[in-house]
Formats: sequence, C-alpha cells, structure tokens
Amino acid sequence: MTSFLEKLGAAVIRWLGLIGEVVLLVFDTFRALKKPPRIRHVVSQMAHLGVDSLPIVALTLFFTGAVMTLQIATEFIRFGAQSTIGGVVTIAICRELGPVLVGVVAAGRVGAAITAEISTMKVTEQIDALRVMATSPIGYLIVPRMLACMMMVPVLTVFGDAIGVFGGWAVATGYSGVSSLTYMNSIDVFTKAHDIVGGMIKASVFGMVIAILGCHMGLKSPDGAEGVGIATTRSVVASIIVIFMLNCFLSLILFSK
Amino acid sequence: MIRLVDVRKSFGEKEIIHGVNLTVNDGETLAIIGGSGSGKSTLLKLMIGLIPPTSGEIWVGDRNIAGMEEEELDEVRLHMGMVFQYSALFDSMTVGDNVAFGLREHTALSEDEIKKVVAEKLELVGLPGAENMMPTSLSGGMKKRVSLARAIAFSPEIIFYDEPSSGLDPIMTTKIDELIMNTQKALNVTSVVVTHDMHSACRIADRIAMVVAGELVTCEPVEKFRQLKDERVREFLSAAHIV
Repeated sequence: MTSFLEKLGAAVIRWLGLIGEVVLLVFDTFRALKKPPRIRHVVSQMAHLGVDSLPIVALTLFFTGAVMTLQIATEFIRFGAQSTIGGVVTIAICRELGPVLVGVVAAGRVGAAITAEISTMKVTEQIDALRVMATSPIGYLIVPRMLACMMMVPVLTVFGDAIGVFGGWAVATGYSGVSSLTYMNSIDVFTKAHDIVGGMIKASVFGMVIAILGCHMGLKSPDGAEGVGIATTRSVVASIIVIFMLNCFLSLILFSK
Repeated sequence: MIRLVDVRKSFGEKEIIHGVNLTVNDGETLAIIGGSGSGKSTLLKLMIGLIPPTSGEIWVGDRNIAGMEEEELDEVRLHMGMVFQYSALFDSMTVGDNVAFGLREHTALSEDEIKKVVAEKLELVGLPGAENMMPTSLSGGMKKRVSLARAIAFSPEIIFYDEPSSGLDPIMTTKIDELIMNTQKALNVTSVVVTHDMHSACRIADRIAMVVAGELVTCEPVEKFRQLKDERVREFLSAAHIV
C-alpha cells in the first residue's frame, strides 16, 4: 500500500513538474514574440507542417463524415427527421469532430515530427550551437513552429470540415436516399458562422498545444537515439490527452449556450 | 581574458567540478587535458555559459557570466565561437548557410557581403567552394573545418574547441592542429582547446591545464608541463609515449 502511494505521489509530482515546465515554456515563447520572428521561417514551417498534412486530414474527415451519416441517416429517416441530417452532421463536424480529429492527426504527424527534429538537434549539440551563436532556441525554433501550428491547424480544420460534410453528403445522397437539396438546405438552416469560428478557435489552441508539447519534449529528450524515440512517443501521447481534455473545457466555454 | 574563481558544478547530489581556479590570458592557446569523464568538457561549457556553475565566478573580460540571464549571455557570446566535438552543423542547411548563420542573425550585412565573408572563411579553413555542399556529404575532418569556419565567421575574440581531433585519423588530426594554430595567428584570438590527445596539446598550446576527477591538477607552459614530476601528469605523458 505504501509502495503504491509512493508511486502515485511520484507520478503526481512528475506530472505537476511537467505542467510547470510547459507553462514556463509558453510564457517564454510569448515573451520571445517581442522580437518578431522571420516571416520566411514561419512560412516555411506552415508549408512543412500544414500543407503536407492535407491528404491525411482529407482522408480522415471524409470517412468520418461518411460513417457518421451512415449511422444516423437510417435512424433519422425512421423518425422522419431526414431534413436535419445535413445540419447535424455539419454541426458535429465543425464544432467537435473536425478540430479534435485534425488535432489528433496533427499531434501524430506534426507534433511527432517537431519532437523528433528538435530532440535530434539536441542530441547532436545543434541546440547548444544555436545558443553559442547567441541565438535563442525559443525564438529560432519554437516561435515559428508555434505560430505555424496556431495558423495552420485551424486552416486544416476548415478544409477538413468541408471534406467531412462532403463525405456526409456522398453517403446521404448516394446510399441513404436523402436528396441533395434536403441535405444542403439542412446545413443552411442549422449551421451558424459561430460553429465554424468556434471550431477554428479550438483548433488554434490545439495547434499551440501540439507545438509547445512537441518542442518541450524535444528539448527535454533523454540522450541517444533511444531518447529521440521516447520523446516522440511522449509528445504524441501527451498532446492527444491534452487535446481531449481541453476540448471538453473549450466546448463548455464556446458552445454551452 | 577568462578567469575562473573557485568554480564548482554539481549535477544533482554529485559534484563534478571541485573549486577550479584558472586564468586564460588574451591571445594564448590553453589546452585542457584529462581522461574521459574528468570534467574538462563541463569546464568548457561553464566558460561559454552553456551550463551555470553551482558556485564561483566566471569572468569573461570584465563581466562575470555566472548567474547571468540568457539574454545578457548572448551579448558576451557574440565575442565567442565554438567548435563542437561532433561539429554540430545544422544538417538542414548547406555549408554556406551554416557559416553564414551568425552573420544573418546578428548583422545587417547584405547577402552579397555575407557570401563574400563565407567564401573567405571557407578558404581560410581549406574548403574553398564548398558553400553548396550538405553537411551529410562531408567527412569528419571536413565537418570540423566547416565548424571552425562557422565559429570564426563572426570574428570572435575567443574560440573554444571541444575535442577537435576526436574521431579523426592522425593525418587529419595534424591538419586540424595546424588549422587551430593558423587561425590563432591570423586572427590573434584566445583559444581554449579541450582534448585528451597529448600530442595535439603539446603541438598547439602555449600552456596545458590538466583536470583529473573535476580538479585542476596543474596549469603550466608546455615545456614545464612535460618536466612535471606529478604522478598523474607522468602517467598521462607516458601513456601518450611522450616520456
């Protein structure tokens, strides 16, 4: 029993330490924004982190929208509510599924890449080389990645939302027998700009989480090749957990009324 | 001038550097030798502010860098350069971009001027025209030379070398040694070289400091160092077949 409590206590202390370090890194990163980052670095990160993720986001959201429609269409038609299918699918995707799934995809793809890159730089002393050349690793490495993620994850989310709604339309009209006009009209009636904007706000926060945790895990990675692998796994797992937790709070704040 | 006053460094409970006092004079080349794990690289990292001391003072010129914030340290580091043990080149950049890095970050030089400086420094280290090569396509010796070109691109007053000859064959080691000596002469810089290669140390240094288990055993001019009777020094010299 004592041993269990000791382990639990150690885990709690470790997690609290991690939270403290991450909060400090967020603070330092925003402080580093005093010196404007080079646009070239931010744009290059946006291309690297965002554009390259488009295909996987498109695939994920298309099939999510499709399977969701597949599940609800039969029941909604049975209760004579086919005129709400498009709206329900769109709201679910724009408010929840879009931001969360894009966040998870970005954590797996972008967050892992950030951690692997930065931890490799650490292991090969490139981070120390930056510091020796009077260049802050936070300003040079973290700020561009954070800004790129905060801008590109919402863009990917809007793109994913559209693909998801299209996936829903394809199943609704091609399989469930709902007319295209009914589906589109439902979207028009039920969906508001706030649903899309709220989803983008969530996505931007998730982007920040992915970048900060990815960079933090990279900078704190254990030495050696094994350390790079460990840091990458930790980064993805931590990002996904934080995304799901934050999503709950953000939904309460943004969509509770 | 660099001056360490009673510098101590601990990692956790374990003290690695035990009260080191050491002075590096302007324009001299000081070699710090010692076996693996003796604390010589830690000493180097303390001098450049990569790690803070647990206690003591580290004076670089008239500024004590111990306990300085990173932003203040950056001002001091603008006058320093470092050649890393494994070169630490940015592998996503070309050789030219690596050498130009500091110039692009900290000067208002035009791209044409930067290209000129890069070409000049690469020529100085014996790699003319290597601007467009990628670090992954370079040999160990070439990487060290690019690392040196990057370190001197900003015309530093102090250059630190961390194991410059590690992993190199004897011929390349001699070439790197000559490069260190030529750089010292050409730029009149202060050089601190951490090495476990006794032959290199004797060839390039004005003085040799020996670190054993985190303690500074001695710091003497090369000839005097070779005559020392201290058992630890004799052991190191005889292992290198110098006595």
